[in-house]
Amino acid sequence: MDPTLSKYLMIGAVLFVCGVICMATKRNAIGILMGVELVLNGANVNLVAFSHYTTLGIDGQIYSLFVIVLAAAEAAIALAIALNFYNNHLTIDVDRANKLKG
Amino acid sequence: MSGQTLFFTLFALGACLGAIAVVVSQSVIRMAFWLIISLGSTAALFFLVDADFVGAVQLMIYVGGTLVLLVFAVMLTSSGPYLKIDTSPGETVLAGMVALLFLFMVVVTQLGVDWDESNERIATAVGIDREVAAFDSGSEGNTLRTIGMSLLGLRPDLGVATASKPHTGYLLPFEIVSVHLLVVLIGASYLARAKRRRDS
Repeated sequence: MDPTLSKYLMIGAVLFVCGVICMATKRNAIGILMGVELVLNGANVNLVAFSHYTTLGIDGQIYSLFVIVLAAAEAAIALAIALNFYNNHLTIDVDRANKLKG
Repeated sequence: MSGQTLFFTLFALGACLGAIAVVVSQSVIRMAFWLIISLGSTAALFFLVDADFVGAVQLMIYVGGTLVLLVFAVMLTSSGPYLKIDTSPGETVLAGMVALLFLFMVVVTQLGVDWDESNERIATAVGIDREVAAFDSGSEGNTLRTIGMSLLGLRPDLGVATASKPHTGYLLPFEIVSVHLLVVLIGASYLARAKRRRDS
């Protein structure tokens, strides 16, 4: 099992699919955030693998750095929203976030 | 079996199984633990493809920063009623089937592309000098200087820039991200400040 571009892309695919399913099935808001982190991480694996195995050079790594920074910012904001939601509803279950429902 | 193959297999399994365990486990703290395993293995995979700076940043920001933030959020929100939040078994089965179909689709698509051939086409279309632009394995484990200069708008890895073919650095995205981080910092502290509960 030598490392090749195709295998790295498959790891990225597994991370992406796990993240999407995590976002879709978890009812805990923090679990959904973890799904988002997995999806972004799968994208990072692809970017870094392309940076190494093709002639695209260092650009892939720089893009993955931006993705990491934006993921950290997103996590901070989303956790602040989750804390606010918990303060108002005394739960973190996203199924109970139905105040805007008509 | 060479060392690289061994470590690649180990960390690939760590990343994939960790991600699957994040989906499967129901307790949030266990999910955070498996996420640490998965993200740490991914950082090791980055080290294996000579992306040492990205791997280090992944370890520091994701595992050291974001995960700690997530664990704090779990601690702040897990007390009180509705503590156990489970996914129903029917949903789990359905999600598993959808996941397998989705994974099958992505993997088949990915295997259907000849990456070497498309790489050649992109290199000729963009006009990248392959010898210069290819990831330099001679400077293996030394991406820090190149990345830092690229973030300042210089591209030492692309050779000499000419007026007809200037190089594009990343100074503007870097500045935008800096201001974005400042805004996020202010916004997060504004959103998360202590407030009186409305409905208690």
